[in-house]
Amino acid sequence: MARTDIGKLSLILLFAPFALWIALLIILPQLGIGYISLREKVGPGEYTFGFANYIAFLSEPIYWNTLLRTAWMSILVTAMALAVGFPVAYYIAKIAHRRSRAALFLMCLIPLWVSDLVRAFGWIVILRETGLVSSFLQKIGLVSGPVELLYNDATVVMGLVYTVVLFMIVPLVSTLDGMDNSLIEAGYNLGGSRFTVFRRIVVPYAMPGIVAGCIIVFMLTAGSYLTPILLGGKNSMWFTEQIYEQFVTRYNWESGATFGVLLLVFTSFVVWLGLRLTGQSLASTVAKD
Amino acid sequence: MHDLQCESLSKRFGAYTAVDSVSFDVPRGSFFSILGPSGCGKTTLMRMIAGFETPTSGDIRIKGRSVLSTPPNKRPVKMVFQHLALFPMMNVGENIAYGLRCRGENRADIARKVATVLDRVGLPGTAEKQVSQLSGGQKQRIAIARCMVLEPDVLLLDEPLGALDLKLRERMKIELKQLQHQFETTFLYITHDQSEALLMSDNVAVMNAGEFEQIGAPQDLYNNPKTGFVAGFVGDSNRWPGRALSVSDGKVRVAIDGGGEAIALAGDERIAAGGPVELFVRPEVISIGAGSENTLGGTVESLLFNGASSRILVRMANGHLVEVGQAVMDGSVSIAPGETVEIGWSRSHGRAFSVAG
Repeated sequence: MARTDIGKLSLILLFAPFALWIALLIILPQLGIGYISLREKVGPGEYTFGFANYIAFLSEPIYWNTLLRTAWMSILVTAMALAVGFPVAYYIAKIAHRRSRAALFLMCLIPLWVSDLVRAFGWIVILRETGLVSSFLQKIGLVSGPVELLYNDATVVMGLVYTVVLFMIVPLVSTLDGMDNSLIEAGYNLGGSRFTVFRRIVVPYAMPGIVAGCIIVFMLTAGSYLTPILLGGKNSMWFTEQIYEQFVTRYNWESGATFGVLLLVFTSFVVWLGLRLTGQSLASTVAKD
Repeated sequence: MHDLQCESLSKRFGAYTAVDSVSFDVPRGSFFSILGPSGCGKTTLMRMIAGFETPTSGDIRIKGRSVLSTPPNKRPVKMVFQHLALFPMMNVGENIAYGLRCRGENRADIARKVATVLDRVGLPGTAEKQVSQLSGGQKQRIAIARCMVLEPDVLLLDEPLGALDLKLRERMKIELKQLQHQFETTFLYITHDQSEALLMSDNVAVMNAGEFEQIGAPQDLYNNPKTGFVAGFVGDSNRWPGRALSVSDGKVRVAIDGGGEAIALAGDERIAAGGPVELFVRPEVISIGAGSENTLGGTVESLLFNGASSRILVRMANGHLVEVGQAVMDGSVSIAPGETVEIGWSRSHGRAFSVAG
């Protein structure tokens, strides 16, 4: 009896910080945001409740277009991060020498040493009109005047891929690392071409890592603020920018909260849809033991 | 006609020679084993045949045709991996169908072949099962079925019984032999377990340090080992260091280190009077009691009961411990620890090999 009591107590103690964190920093603020989003200001200090904020969102195309655009570009960033990250992860986990593996993995993590902000400014230094690329192009005579490489969608996507690709590589390396090389060899031995082995053995095996990586990357991208603002400027039209504007510039908390809720609901919906379309489920991939 | 021929095949990794000029032929439909301790190069040899390693020199021919330039996925050899390497994301039927689908066969043919091969390995109706639902022995059979459905010229098996528990391993040995008979395919089996090799094979090659020590039928290896390594590695043996006193007519008189003399067959040509030798005598040829051609005295130290392969441990006067085979240990033979006994064996049952250096 005493033993199970101690067991329970240690479970509670170990679980408490996590539970507090989730409750106080995630659930409570979200409830608050949800509450504010349903509030309407009718006069100074006077409020009514209803869905007016949501209706306002839907009736203003610029808002939902921005949300759709953010989601669409985040999907693009996720796909590109997967395309870039998979070969890197495969090389680290399967091809590289045991000894160089740790070093390569560390090299992937090094950019995290530097803050997001500084990294974004790094891109600015390289890509602005007076930046490295522009002056180099002028020097070799490919262009006659300075070129502005910042403030377009391609730059934003590239910058975001650069920022988040790590979060794709890490889960992929750990799943691929657990894969027995003899599975790949058996795939060849039984007559599979490179493509067959990749499609029918490597990808299905790596699926938990792919799903985990994609979810993390998509959520991070859709919720990112710094990179789109700094690299995309005024044209970036990122949804987080709208939220910031509502909260800070316009001091319209009701509307900002509504946008926040919509971003959460919509990105969750995209993740659900993505799992559905690819025939995966969280239980069979991320939560797989 | 030979299904598989290797001709002075070598593989070097930098300065290290894993496989050193190995040649052998495997006749069609036979069960050929490569037996050797871990690290002797047998896995490298098998991986070269499967195409996962490129030989440094030499040639591999399958049905008379060199396969050196054939990539692994085009070679007519299939491999059962040490841990079987069944694909966990596919069910049993899909695992077996994988190779057929790679070949681009049509659906109806695939379904028919999968059902047939499952029947032949004695697991009909398991196509829909998940690999994780199978027992160790069943996984083994699926791994073989997955290869055999492709009708390879040679099936390579890389210590596939290593992961099984003892009882199952004993049963699978017999089952493997039966499967080989049934499919009439050439099996090349790699193992470090001499009992697996002896029991199943038509021919066994004993490998040591990258080279083949001897190739022969199991009885041949057991009864007429050509080197000291084979004599010591295949089957149980008592092994004593000593010195050759005189050599004549294929017989050697050996002075065993620590005292005692015995006459034995000369195992190799290099034995010279005065040179160091090792004497090998199998436990089952030694008997308790005087009157044999070679006799030594000693004290019974302990009785090791193990059914038909029970042993009596005798500490000889010269300090060596001798294992004496005793098939019947039911109390009818009255031997107790501490007793002084004579042990003996005939001259043709001992074998002496020269020791290098």
